[in-house]
Amino acid sequence: MPKDNSIKSVLIIGSGPIIIGQACEFDYSGSQAARSIREEGIKVILINSNPATIMTDPMMADSVYLLPLTVESIEQILEENEIDAVLPTMGGQTALNLCKEAEELGIWQKYNIRLIGVDIEGIETAENREKFRQLMISIGIPIAPSKTANSFLEGKEFAQELGFPLVIRPSFTLGGTGGGFVHDKSELDEALQRGLQASPIHEVLVEKAVLGWKEFELELLRDKNDNVVIICTVENMDPMGIHTGDSVTVAPAMTLSDTAFQDMRNKAILMMRSLGNFAGGCNVQFALNPETEEIIAVEINPRVSRSSALASKATGYPIAKIAAKLAIGYTLDELKNQITQTTSAYFEPALDYVIVKVPRWNFDKFKGANDTLGLQMKSVGEVMAIGRSFTEAVQKACQSLENEAVGLGYYGKSLMKSEDLIEYIKTPKWDRIFRIKDALMQGVTVKTIVQATYIDRWFIYQIQEICRIEKELARYALDNLPAELLKEAKRNGFSDEQIARIMKNTCTEEQVYEKRKAFGITRVYKMVDTCSAEFEAKTPYFYSTFEEKNV
Amino acid sequence: MNQSPQTAVLLLEDGNIFYGKAFGKIGAASGEICFNTGMTGYQEVFTDPSYYGQVLIMNNVHTGNYGVNKKEMESANVKIRGLIGRNLEERFSRYQATESLDDYLKENEIVAIENIDTRALVTYIRTKGAMNCIISSEDLDIHALKEKLNSTPGMAGLELASVVSTTEEYELGDAAAQLKVSVLDYGIKQNILSCLVKRGVHVRVHPARTPFSRLKEFNPDGYFVSNGPGDPAAMPYAVETLKEILKEESPLFGICLGHQLLALANDIPTFKMHHGHRGLNHPVKNIVTGRCEITTQNHGFGIDPAAVRNHTGIEITHVNLNDESIEGIRLKNKPAFSVQYHPESTPGPYDSRYLFDEFIAMMASN
Ligand SMILES: Nc1ncnc2c1ncn2[C@@H]1O[C@H](COP(=O)(O)OP(=O)(O)OP(=O)(O)O)[C@@H](O)[C@H]1O
Ligand SMILES: [Mg+2]
Repeated sequence: MPKDNSIKSVLIIGSGPIIIGQACEFDYSGSQAARSIREEGIKVILINSNPATIMTDPMMADSVYLLPLTVESIEQILEENEIDAVLPTMGGQTALNLCKEAEELGIWQKYNIRLIGVDIEGIETAENREKFRQLMISIGIPIAPSKTANSFLEGKEFAQELGFPLVIRPSFTLGGTGGGFVHDKSELDEALQRGLQASPIHEVLVEKAVLGWKEFELELLRDKNDNVVIICTVENMDPMGIHTGDSVTVAPAMTLSDTAFQDMRNKAILMMRSLGNFAGGCNVQFALNPETEEIIAVEINPRVSRSSALASKATGYPIAKIAAKLAIGYTLDELKNQITQTTSAYFEPALDYVIVKVPRWNFDKFKGANDTLGLQMKSVGEVMAIGRSFTEAVQKACQSLENEAVGLGYYGKSLMKSEDLIEYIKTPKWDRIFRIKDALMQGVTVKTIVQATYIDRWFIYQIQEICRIEKELARYALDNLPAELLKEAKRNGFSDEQIARIMKNTCTEEQVYEKRKAFGITRVYKMVDTCSAEFEAKTPYFYSTFEEKNV
Repeated sequence: MNQSPQTAVLLLEDGNIFYGKAFGKIGAASGEICFNTGMTGYQEVFTDPSYYGQVLIMNNVHTGNYGVNKKEMESANVKIRGLIGRNLEERFSRYQATESLDDYLKENEIVAIENIDTRALVTYIRTKGAMNCIISSEDLDIHALKEKLNSTPGMAGLELASVVSTTEEYELGDAAAQLKVSVLDYGIKQNILSCLVKRGVHVRVHPARTPFSRLKEFNPDGYFVSNGPGDPAAMPYAVETLKEILKEESPLFGICLGHQLLALANDIPTFKMHHGHRGLNHPVKNIVTGRCEITTQNHGFGIDPAAVRNHTGIEITHVNLNDESIEGIRLKNKPAFSVQYHPESTPGPYDSRYLFDEFIAMMASN
């Protein structure tokens, strides 16, 4: 059943100002959606209060309204235009909240506007922590023990009941705004106040903290016939308690067995289907107890999310573009995979590389800000790197941070002693991954690091491998550096500059480059093709690595 | 950690050579090369009897991360002949794991090679098609390897089902159960049996060459024809058995090789595919209900689409959305159906488990 021909013009709501937790990701999804709908011959009208976005370029839509994201602006646009439908799922929580507000005031009904790609009740259930809790209980999905409080006193009472450590999670926010850890009684009052204030409906979830659990995120797509696919599974290297937006994340999941993954997949699909009827993207977060592999749901976002942009780049599957097509009535099985152009869009991407996202913080610009990471997102951006191994990808990501890091393998030299490092990494901060590497360089054991950070030991093994190669490199100077070792270093993501530094700057970056060129160790370019090379790709993109062939 | 990596080599039938690093058992192994695009469930894949005789490339770049355990096995031991990967992990992380992939492969005497540009290799196989290969971490002499490779039989015309089938009959499930199924084991995956038993079926599993008369002695409510390795066209004995089952008009369900045999029993030919379907993400549409399923697949042979379409007694129930190959059929006048993919998954999505329910319902209403 192809697209719905009764839709001739669509209003897309943008996400407004760039704030922490809601940045250019939604510009990316909004622009993709606008293009995707316009190429179907449907008129696109766009509203966003932020002119510093791609989506508000005049060429992106038929009309662009740079207006405050308010119900008044919406009414004005509806007065001035013939609009059939509104697509509110591309502009993050801001757009959804505005859409909901307009719905409550009867605006959509008044102008006879259809809501597409969204289920208002679904949004309500997903963002209202109590409703979400109730839904999960009713469909048998485990969650952390919790209670919702609408007042300070209620919150205190529930906290006493549940016991510490706790987390406070406000309703209807994003980026973990207003959320936080409560380790003991002394921190409770402040955390409760902050949480209640952050929630537009003055509601918080008081929840038992799950410590040491692993965190995962799944990106889903569903069409109006209820066909569902999982586009990407993202594993947070950092455990629960550090916002996904502030975590180093990896795709595909590195430490998940198929048994655990299918459990998550089944739960995610059940959650999405229980949340109402909408055609489009959805994001589900889970925590997994590494000892028992027990899984609990953390939250569900029935919209294109912050992570969808990452998942799209990571897999080659344009989530927002397809989600927009699903919203106007297409089904997944009648659309084509946008990269192969011959196979179906109804499939689950397979990756033959690793992507690593590392967040970028700007604490030096926020003097006096608390730089401990937690439930509330603090990063202002992120880098994503692709490699043919985790080590290569994580090093590339660190090289791209535009700070003093020259790969993970070389970030100055730590002046801290190993005992201090072990203490230091117990608190999550922006530089934790570098300090973990320092600790490993000093011989701290993998076990000790796992105990201090709750990071899965597989990742620590990988960082240890980087340390091993760095130590090997340090034993040589450029003229006696074996080709095999240099090749191994390059394959594990060491940059030429990094190698020069490891060899105590006895050579320059250029000299390392010349040397490896002489050895024939040069970059090849591989495709991101959604399908692990199973099919020919017509419009792929590329990343570099050190292997045999450009394919 | 392997400080002095031992060189290993991969030689393709057409003379192409790839060098890498030894993993698992030190030695040599030859067979048909194939690739799997799945990103989870390597242990289930390695122990799947349908992979018997094949040298498997894992497209996913890290394999072995969560070790292996005693639970996630589809048969008693590793069935692939050899393994090719980008990064095969010696060190693993999982509470439920009992050992590393490296130790497991050594125990099962499986030769593996890592550090291969698997993407280049897969692209090559995708273009040139399936072929034999040899991997070696012992003797790196190409001429000697070529000789060994030449004596490796090709997959076409090869009967392998009886090699991996059980040698003894056995029963599973509650003997007092309402429904009984006679299973033909051509290399059955454990979870197929679990899917039946969990639905309250009492099964008796029979060796590949069991005559129909013996299958019938169990007094079954239905027959199940399993997956398995090799060329279905090399199994006339099985086709005969299926024809006899069909004469009975008893419910029959076939998976993968079982699907191909059901086709052959209805005079629909099978053919060797260019490079097969192996992974956990293959899109299939159930054209009866209109619903789509993400499926687990593992097959190098298929059934002839034109012959199916021209067959008046057969209805197509499932098609592949990527290449329109036939994924499911059912007989119009008999209670028999089959699918080319793996509804039991493991590894893979649970989207198609409903087919077991349909089989149960078919038996219950017969
Ligand atoms: N019970 C808990 N114990 C420990 N950490 C938790 C718990 N619940 C949530 N968290 C952490 O808090 C983070 C933020 O929570 P959540 O995702 O619900 O916030 P949010 O405001 O909805 O964020 P967003 O929608 O931007 O993802 C999670 O990523 C997780 O790491
Ligand atoms: Mg979240």
